[in-house]
Amino acid sequence: MSPQNKQNSQSKTSALHEKTDKYTEFVSRGFGKDLAKRLGLPQPAVLRRYTPNGPLVQGPILVLGQGAGADAVAQVLLDWHQDVRRHATPKEKLGAIVAVLDELEHPDQLSTPMLALGAALRDLNKNARVVTVSRVASISDAPAVAAARNGVDGIVRSLAKELRAGATANGILLANDIAAQAPSAVAALRFFLSARSAFVDGQFLTASSAGSTAAPDWDKPLNGSVAVVTGAARGIGASIARTLARDGATVLVVDVPAAGDHLAAVANEIHGTALQLDITSLDAGERILEHAISRYGRLDIVVHNAGITRDKLLANMDAAKWDSVIAVNIASQLRMNEAFLASSDFANNPRIISVASTSGIAGNRGQSNYAASKAGVMGMVRSTAPLLSERGGTVNAVAPGFIETDMTAKIPFATREVARRLNSLQQGGKPSDVAEAIAFFAQPQAAGVTANVLRVCGQNMVGQ
Amino acid sequence: MTTPQATASANQPARGATASEDTASTGKVATPLFAAPRKAVIVGGNRIPFARSGGAYAHSSNQDMLTAALDGLVARFGLADEEIGEVAAGAVLKHSRDFNLTREAVLGSALSATTPAYDLQQACATGMEAVIGLSNKIKLGQIDSAIAGGVDSASDAPIAVSEGLRAILLDLNRAKTMGQKVKIISRIRPKDLSPDAPSTGEPRTGLSMGEHQALTTAQWNITRQAQDELALASHKNLAAAYDHHFFDDLITPFRGLNRDSNMRADSSLEKLAKLKPAFGKSLGDAATMTAGNSTPLTDGASTVLLASEEWAAARDLPILADVLDGEAAAVDFVHGKDGLLMAPAFAVPRLLARNGLTLADIDYFEIHEAFAGTVLSTLAAWEDEEFGQTRLGLDGAFGSIDRAKLNVNGSSLAAGHPFAATGGRLVASLAKMLHERGPVDGRPARGLISVCAAGGQGVVAILEGR
Repeated sequence: MSPQNKQNSQSKTSALHEKTDKYTEFVSRGFGKDLAKRLGLPQPAVLRRYTPNGPLVQGPILVLGQGAGADAVAQVLLDWHQDVRRHATPKEKLGAIVAVLDELEHPDQLSTPMLALGAALRDLNKNARVVTVSRVASISDAPAVAAARNGVDGIVRSLAKELRAGATANGILLANDIAAQAPSAVAALRFFLSARSAFVDGQFLTASSAGSTAAPDWDKPLNGSVAVVTGAARGIGASIARTLARDGATVLVVDVPAAGDHLAAVANEIHGTALQLDITSLDAGERILEHAISRYGRLDIVVHNAGITRDKLLANMDAAKWDSVIAVNIASQLRMNEAFLASSDFANNPRIISVASTSGIAGNRGQSNYAASKAGVMGMVRSTAPLLSERGGTVNAVAPGFIETDMTAKIPFATREVARRLNSLQQGGKPSDVAEAIAFFAQPQAAGVTANVLRVCGQNMVGQ
Repeated sequence: MTTPQATASANQPARGATASEDTASTGKVATPLFAAPRKAVIVGGNRIPFARSGGAYAHSSNQDMLTAALDGLVARFGLADEEIGEVAAGAVLKHSRDFNLTREAVLGSALSATTPAYDLQQACATGMEAVIGLSNKIKLGQIDSAIAGGVDSASDAPIAVSEGLRAILLDLNRAKTMGQKVKIISRIRPKDLSPDAPSTGEPRTGLSMGEHQALTTAQWNITRQAQDELALASHKNLAAAYDHHFFDDLITPFRGLNRDSNMRADSSLEKLAKLKPAFGKSLGDAATMTAGNSTPLTDGASTVLLASEEWAAARDLPILADVLDGEAAAVDFVHGKDGLLMAPAFAVPRLLARNGLTLADIDYFEIHEAFAGTVLSTLAAWEDEEFGQTRLGLDGAFGSIDRAKLNVNGSSLAAGHPFAATGGRLVASLAKMLHERGPVDGRPARGLISVCAAGGQGVVAILEGR
């Protein structure tokens, strides 16, 4: 085989993981598009995905809001060389609308910005973005303040369901002392505006502290960092490894020895190294650390992706099925995190990102063991956050909904077809959609974003 | 442990020692001209699980398997797109179209396309010779890094047309007119159409390797029981090594196979005792060699990453062991002077003598189990006073080894033996064992590898742990 053939076969493997489902292809053009329209069938859009050097958004960005926060956000966008509007120009197509609502004190104040937002919605381009910037509602707020702030939650989740053609609505929640232009808020804004968040819809990211002041490198945000991804031989894990490598990280990929051939292919494709390791072994964390430190001298990012399903109704559950899911999906992560946190080598703004699941949020028939493990992951993430804050690190989770992988390809056709349409974007996500969210949490600019559980589900109808 | 030391220390074959003409060994101990300018180290290895012929890799070519073994090695050590100093590998059963097998495998692998490669072949010692030859190039400073390997497929073996048909086809190619062509084609007879399949038979004796070994096994009075015990130990040791995750960083799965398919963890002496003799049937009751204590035909590939210390250090790669020294020997089996697979019995004493070592200085022995009888005949020869005196030119027996140090993680009887791939398997496994062992009595742990080969040859080497 010539080197050129080699490259072809590699891109073929990545393409395998990243195809649009046939129905979406059919209804996106020509006769299929017509037919779907006449019959009132779902018309999922072909979502815009991130490519390095591509535009941030497709068209001008309208910034709504009158306060200092809105001005600061507009300035940030101008610094990114975006085409910024402070007032809508009728008939001009927009790439995004950012509604800055950080000064809300009463629900009455929602009316003006929301009506302005509504009037501009008709001018949104395909795959446009609506992003709100508001403040976290907490019990220490005055009731009217909390009502106004929490009102944004309802707005974003409803708007996400109204948008069409691949457009999404998401929100950024600022902690009380955080400015709208704080680095962590800006990082979240950029993520939501960009094609990296293609399958994230109706969701919020919370910026709990200002985060890094270092000059951001938006194209290669992970340059110089070393990451480990478990369960990286195929599917979502392989995509995470590819995405972190694309963003500049050196990646150590881990999977069970039995998956070693696929793991080796991923490692070689991204110029990383493969470590064949069962993460349930008692010294898994130490061995990952040892490998990362001896080969690369550091470990910055840990992605706990490895997971298994052993579905059974609880009435029919046996110990082997229950215990293996708990052992792989959550107990191993707890044990490895202990090893990482005990190490002085994992102390320089470290990141831990776990893959949870919407099953862990909404529950799923036949998945009590899996949901226990994934809900467990979310509990672990929230309580691990303070331990990582001490060393300038963060820990977050990403909860995928229906993602097109080898695993979901095994679901019977009809069930699969229903499952993938049950969200606002009317389609399944791609492994890269999960990977992009994880890569966002790993960015140095996201240093103030911790203890979040971000759903990557196209706003699935179930759960929050 | 004390016994072999006492025996062995008294029996160093002195360099250039006077000996009878019969002595095959001592007159030939080479003396290095000068100390190696630098060391050649073993960074690690990778192989695919070995599969019984006709099994999981029935439809995989040598190139497929060698490429997979290379890619696993590249992934383990993060060498994608790296230019390696040189890659050397070979296959015993090789298609003529695979004249550049190793280079083609490199081009199909994740290594840089600017990595040079060459094929070599020394029967079952191919992998060992690749390691020794490349190590020498590293020691000389000609290259800084190298990958030694080997591959064999008994499933995808080349089948040639008969000699008669081959001659006719070549004539046909030279024919110019239709008349000439018709005349040549009319020479084809039905017997010419039967293919010529490769065999493990020795060209000069017509005996298969198993038949040769059966003679040697009988000559050294190796019992059926002893052979079956060695075979059982091989299976048990290999299975235990898998259970201890020993192979997690030595093997990458291939074509759905995760473990060597020949391994029988549940084997027992009773099961082995039930097998009928497969070789040496003409010996009647003295026939002791069965399918259980002989290696099966096997498919597989292995690779070893070698480097200078500087190259490994610059890439923060581990160093498992040094390639200390290697030696080849050959015997005159054609005239029945020695058994076909007995060359290592001569190579090892020479190699140890050159390095000022005895059997007692070795912490692990990896003696390739072509047949259980091969290993036991070699050990018997070393323990035999007459052999030591008349054939090795020593004062007495060469010595005996502590059997607890022999093939401790299993060997070819359990793992199988894809001819050219066995050397790489042995070197990578032993290097890891020596590294894990750590220093012994303040000196590096030492391991000895011994591999017999067709044509009455043998290649042996010493590794020292880091």
